[in-house]
Amino acid sequence: MTNKSDLPQGTLDLLILKVVGLGPVHGYAIAQRLQQVSRDVVQVPQGSLYPALHRLENRGLLAADWQETETGREAKFYKLTRKGRAQLETEAASWQRLTQAVGLILAMAEGGVE
Amino acid sequence: MNWWNRLWRRKQMEEQLEKELRFHVDQHAGDLIANGLHPDEARRQARIALGGPEQVKEQCRDARGTRWLEDLWQDLRYALRTLRHQPAFATVALSTFALGIGVTTIMFTVVNGVLLKPLPYPNPSRLVAVHGKTATWNVALYGDQNLAYFDFLDCQRDSRSLALAGWIFDSGTMSEPGEAEHVDELGASFNLFSVLGEPLFLGRAFLPEEDRPGGTPVAILSYGLWQSRFGGSPAAIGASLVLDGRRFTVVGVTRPGLRLDDEEAVVYTPMGQNTAPYMQSRGPHPVTTIARLRPGVTLVQAQEELAMMGHHLAEQYPKTNADRGFAAKPLRPDVGDVGSTLWLLLGAVSIVLLIACANVASLLLARAISRERELAMRVALGAARSRLIRQCLTESAVLGLLGGALGVSLAAIGIRPFIVFWPGSLPRAEEVQIDWRVLLFALAASLASGLLFGLAPALRAPAQKLEQTLRAGARSVAGASRRLHSVFVMTEIALAVVLLVAAGTLGRALLRLSSLEPGLNIHNVLVTRMALSPATLANPGKIRAAWKDVLDRARSLRGVQSATMVDTVPMREGNNQLGYWTTADVPPENKQPITLATTVTPDYLKVMGIPLLKGRFLTDYDRAGDEPAVVIDDVLAQHAFGGQEAVGKRLWIPDMGPKPVRVVGVVGHVRHWGLAGDDQAQVRDQLYYPFAQVPDALLRRWSELMSIAVRTGIDPLSVVEPLRRSVRGATNDQVIYEVHTMEQLASASLARQRFLLMLFGIFAGLALLLACIGIYGVLAYVTSQRVPEIGLRMALGADPRDVLRLVLGQSLRLIFMGVGVGLAAAFAAARVLGKLVSGVRSTEPSTFALMVLILVAAALFASFLPARRASRIDPMSALRQE
Repeated sequence: MTNKSDLPQGTLDLLILKVVGLGPVHGYAIAQRLQQVSRDVVQVPQGSLYPALHRLENRGLLAADWQETETGREAKFYKLTRKGRAQLETEAASWQRLTQAVGLILAMAEGGVE
Repeated sequence: MNWWNRLWRRKQMEEQLEKELRFHVDQHAGDLIANGLHPDEARRQARIALGGPEQVKEQCRDARGTRWLEDLWQDLRYALRTLRHQPAFATVALSTFALGIGVTTIMFTVVNGVLLKPLPYPNPSRLVAVHGKTATWNVALYGDQNLAYFDFLDCQRDSRSLALAGWIFDSGTMSEPGEAEHVDELGASFNLFSVLGEPLFLGRAFLPEEDRPGGTPVAILSYGLWQSRFGGSPAAIGASLVLDGRRFTVVGVTRPGLRLDDEEAVVYTPMGQNTAPYMQSRGPHPVTTIARLRPGVTLVQAQEELAMMGHHLAEQYPKTNADRGFAAKPLRPDVGDVGSTLWLLLGAVSIVLLIACANVASLLLARAISRERELAMRVALGAARSRLIRQCLTESAVLGLLGGALGVSLAAIGIRPFIVFWPGSLPRAEEVQIDWRVLLFALAASLASGLLFGLAPALRAPAQKLEQTLRAGARSVAGASRRLHSVFVMTEIALAVVLLVAAGTLGRALLRLSSLEPGLNIHNVLVTRMALSPATLANPGKIRAAWKDVLDRARSLRGVQSATMVDTVPMREGNNQLGYWTTADVPPENKQPITLATTVTPDYLKVMGIPLLKGRFLTDYDRAGDEPAVVIDDVLAQHAFGGQEAVGKRLWIPDMGPKPVRVVGVVGHVRHWGLAGDDQAQVRDQLYYPFAQVPDALLRRWSELMSIAVRTGIDPLSVVEPLRRSVRGATNDQVIYEVHTMEQLASASLARQRFLLMLFGIFAGLALLLACIGIYGVLAYVTSQRVPEIGLRMALGADPRDVLRLVLGQSLRLIFMGVGVGLAAAFAAARVLGKLVSGVRSTEPSTFALMVLILVAAALFASFLPARRASRIDPMSALRQE
């Protein structure tokens, strides 16, 4: 099985929430979207996408129902719940803080060398 | 969607999962085809990108979070299916286990009803018992001290923290309506029912103004008496009854089954209307007192208030109350000494249950071993070991619960017969029912046992040497299991030894006790309590004449040889205890030696067949006004006078007056406390004094306590009816009640030992049977595992006798190890029995030897069948099996 993801632990959930937050979407489209947006930098192993979706659904952050796609097939569409949106906001904010802090530390380290 | 939904809609969820993943692969493949790939190649790549479909599904299922529940459900169904497919195994395991749980549940139901349940009144935790405290009062001997009536009234009036209520047990002759009959009467304070929190079934309680001397005579009926004498008619309220010659108006009926101190009174009368001398002073203390804590009051506060009231009364009435105080404690059911019997029996059935568990465990283990390859295969296919353990435990828990359910049904059927068998009457028997506590207990016991016997097989779930197991199959791994099997067999034998020795010890005790001399001739003696006509009780002269008339009539009956009066009868409940001293310098009450005292008439010795050792017995010449004469038994003679001549000596007995009494004779000791209990009794001294010398003032009270005893030349029970008719008296209201033969009383005095022996015998038999089945099963199994080995031995020249010896030797080793462990435990168990059951001697080597012999013989017999089968193995076919 492929396990080439460079995603830090726990960020997959955040990314999924973000993508689903843009509008109801099915699993394959999530995988596609992630790949497109990140310009193939982030490789999401498709095998871990579905367990993550089911876990988020189970925690009540996502809701799902079966709808027809434009090609007329039935697919399971996910959308954010109210709880999911709140979670997305807090996690996004904390991610921002974390990356800022990490960036600062990295910048400082470079300054120290000079 | 909640978890419950998910569990039930499992199938649908699985389909949706499948569909979702298929959609993903199809879309991906579609995109790849659009990019120019060949359809087959596109599908292949899409599938690779997703990863193994089963793994992804498994992870998704895990993500759902109801995995454990789904597994449990799966395991449950699997367990039930396996049980159904192995009916023989299921039957043996379930019935063994149901038996174990059944007997344990029966015993627990009794323990729960008699010992654990709270009192059957509303809010029982707020009820307390109030008792008197006097330095000289012997609590160990007499129990808690009751209250003097006037003390009770003062406390009842003054207490801020307690609502006090009291009663006195009494009895009387009810002559209307219907035939004259002796009934139990209870003098109750007016507020008894309100303090208990027990509203009346019909009518009203007593009024305060009825609860005093001269109040309107009113009575409350028990439900039973209302049914039997008043036909359960509402018209009973306002009707009248005649009790001891007084006419009472019925004002109420109590609820069915209402009991006080485990006694079911029949007629309640207002306590305050009782004008007997013992109600007229602060000296005697007849009033049993209970109280309900007032709202917000703690027991400690109530204690303090009672202590203060005690001080006040002591200052006010120094003559009677100087050293008297009061105290309260939580009200508990009075169940006498059945507690130890019940715990003993519960212990015994627990052993049976343990043996049953060991049996089922070894069955399960044998089955687990035959499934070893299956389990190894599953591990090889990726099942986690913890998952297999969980499955094994689920299976045994299912077995436990099914067996438990069967056991509870068994208990539900068995509980009533059990209570009926109880010797005498089981206190609180009406409380013994299967309730939620019992069900909880049975559930816990079943689950715990299920886990207990499932643990060994479960922990064998394969972990290492997988490939070995897979390659070798079941046979070659029997070695380790043989050790475990041996442990089970040893455990069973050890436990069986404990029960067998206990039963043997009881049996020996019963044999010895039955052969004891009771000290009197119990054959052909009838004793019965007797109430004179209430009309005669007012006048001492009439009382003496009435008793003389009764005795004369009894003597003149056909078949009666002699007749006597007696107050306390050997081996019957009830006794009178007096302190005595051999000089005029009498020490305080709690320092005096104590003797049983019995009021008799001169024929007593002849009726009871007690030997006269020295001097003379009481005669008609010992009359009122003469120097009081007493006859003592050899125990008292030895105790009081050592080796000296007792006849002619004097004794000072404060309760019989300031003047000493003269010992005129010495008779043999009688086992008053029963065949079993007398040797260990605290008070064994005995003293007889003549009814003729009972002072006139006490005559009425004494008459209420009297029995008559007759010696007959024919079957004593055949004179009961003639006696009943001949002593009815002119007013047709003299009754006899509580009729026994001395043989019945002697036999009843061993009832507890007999009952325990019977039950221990049953339990020991069960234990022996289960242990033998266990040994048989294990040996049969282990031997079948060794068939190829035995075949090889025989092919190499061993003859059948060698094989027999081999198998029996193996079993003997187990048996002796089990016996060794068991004997140590049995020794401890016998000591407990010796402590708790009177008349049991704890260590009798011959009993131990005999019981071990029985066990070894039975166990060898059980081993013989598999051994013989092994010895008849055909070496050729055995080797081919390899």
